[in-house]
Amino acid sequence: MKVKDIMKRDLVTLTKEHTIKEALHLLEKNRIRHIPIVDELGQIQGIVSDRDIRDARPSIFEQHSNDSELDKPISSLMSTNIITAEPEDLVQEVASVFYLYHIGCLPITEDDRLVGMVTETELLHTFVELMGADKPSTQIDVEVSNSPGQLATIALIFKEFDINIHSVMVYPSETEATKTLLFRAQTIDARQVIEAIQKAWF
Amino acid sequence: MKTADAAFVYSIEEHSYHFHDKHPFNPLRLTLTKDLLEACNSLDTNKILKPRKATEEELALVHDLAFIDAVKLAGANKLSAEKARSYGLGTDDTPFFNDMHNAASYLVGGTLTAVDAVMNGSYSHAIHLGGGLHHGFKGKASGFCIYNDSAIAIEYLKQKYQARVLYVDTDAHHGDGVQWSFYDDPDVFTLSVHETGRYLFPGTGSVTEKGAGAGYGLKVNIPLEAFTEDDSFLESYETAFREAVDFFRPDLILTVNGADSHYLDPLTHLHTSLKSFHFIPKLAHELAHEYCEGRWVAVGGGGYDHWRVVPRAWASIWLEMTNQTDVLNQPIPQTWIEQWQDHADVQLPQSWYDDEKMLPVVPRKPIITARNQQTIEKALFHIRNEKPSRRPSFTQKNNLC
Ligand SMILES: [Zn+2]
Ligand SMILES: [Zn+2]
Repeated sequence: MKVKDIMKRDLVTLTKEHTIKEALHLLEKNRIRHIPIVDELGQIQGIVSDRDIRDARPSIFEQHSNDSELDKPISSLMSTNIITAEPEDLVQEVASVFYLYHIGCLPITEDDRLVGMVTETELLHTFVELMGADKPSTQIDVEVSNSPGQLATIALIFKEFDINIHSVMVYPSETEATKTLLFRAQTIDARQVIEAIQKAWF
Repeated sequence: MKTADAAFVYSIEEHSYHFHDKHPFNPLRLTLTKDLLEACNSLDTNKILKPRKATEEELALVHDLAFIDAVKLAGANKLSAEKARSYGLGTDDTPFFNDMHNAASYLVGGTLTAVDAVMNGSYSHAIHLGGGLHHGFKGKASGFCIYNDSAIAIEYLKQKYQARVLYVDTDAHHGDGVQWSFYDDPDVFTLSVHETGRYLFPGTGSVTEKGAGAGYGLKVNIPLEAFTEDDSFLESYETAFREAVDFFRPDLILTVNGADSHYLDPLTHLHTSLKSFHFIPKLAHELAHEYCEGRWVAVGGGGYDHWRVVPRAWASIWLEMTNQTDVLNQPIPQTWIEQWQDHADVQLPQSWYDDEKMLPVVPRKPIITARNQQTIEKALFHIRNEKPSRRPSFTQKNNLC
């Protein structure tokens, strides 16, 4: 899966001459947490987040805030040290960028122009989908020996009962000798499959 | 003028919703329940209403026309396997059967018949055990369910009667189809008490699912730990139901009464006994009178121990609805046992209660109870911290005009 498959394309942007007040208004109106700041060529200049505003100007959230603070341009507090990614990048690469740099959003650029954004929301949604947890299904965990062919054997059992598998994950067990296979299967009644898996193993 | 307290919606046509003899969702459950009530002399024939068949327009209140067409073709065996898959049909859970569109339409019509019986004022309560197909989606069959009678009935109640509905689902599986149908709807409150979806189908129904947009806060999920027993199940159910009804002030309560949270049920891991199934309708009955002038419609749902659990659980809803709960203190009629024992592969029960000595011992009980209490806290947090909506109810609106 690539970034272009999950990125948000309809973006709310501002230029660096816009005021903090305007940025605040946009964040609230669109219920978003980040606004990319672009120039007239659509190149990314910076990002302003609700957190940047709060951290830099705590007073503006107070009741009798000084209006002149709000009228300052966003260039005064936007982050300019921006990490970006490209539409052709793989989702798992991008996910590790979020993790490594502790960032909340990643602008996606093509030929230096901003074309999309990936935020934690898109990432999380993607992983929920990848795990099959958004489709009606039963979860079956099977601990198998850490050797080739285990997944194939179990997959055949699902096939035998004509049960569709929404997702499969393979992850390490506590010991080196085994692995855990996690299936999300499209059935409300997994009794026969479970019985057959048990029979095949023990 | 009320004709009677309660109507029992049933007809033999509903038995045609039958996938095949080995399928767990079996109309035998309806026969056994009705026979049991008749053996107790608790079901007058004049309280039985015949379900009508839902029209296609009614099905389309919730379902896509393309899906309805697919179901029709599937029932005539004219749908390709590949097409069928995309509609959730022709699977192990919902295989084709002859004339499935008509059969499924009768189940929907039954719930609509029950709703009309209550809303036109003839009856305070109505039961339709053929209903409760809560997994049906807009464009997809799922988990034994084709058309979602409950979701259709709620939309029908909204459009025809401008009624606000509190949906309470105690089936062991999350009521996903109904929840997603009204996820952003401010006039429908859905409460589902079920086994956690960590392993159990359909996997959804976590406390964090609270609705969206204008419907935010009006969808409540109580995912219970596997092996939850009566006390913790009932505590969770009662707390959530009382707070939901007081917060939302509905015009009608619709309950889905799956009997699959019982410890004998082969599909789930909850560990309730008949005690829970006597209390579930008792509370619904009490709250319907307290908040909705009695307007309560109960439908069936899951429940896969056909002999020992479902008939007693479902019959007790009717006994509660018609104030005949004294019957629960008498033995199960010998006539019923004699009639069915030879067909059953297990010993039929002699009493309306489960023998406490037979209940499995759950060593982790205190941990399970504590975790369920935390779940309730999280699930109800937002309605506890918000002022009740106190919108004018259906009756008040009607009195104005
Ligand atoms: Zn169920
Ligand atoms: Zn009553």
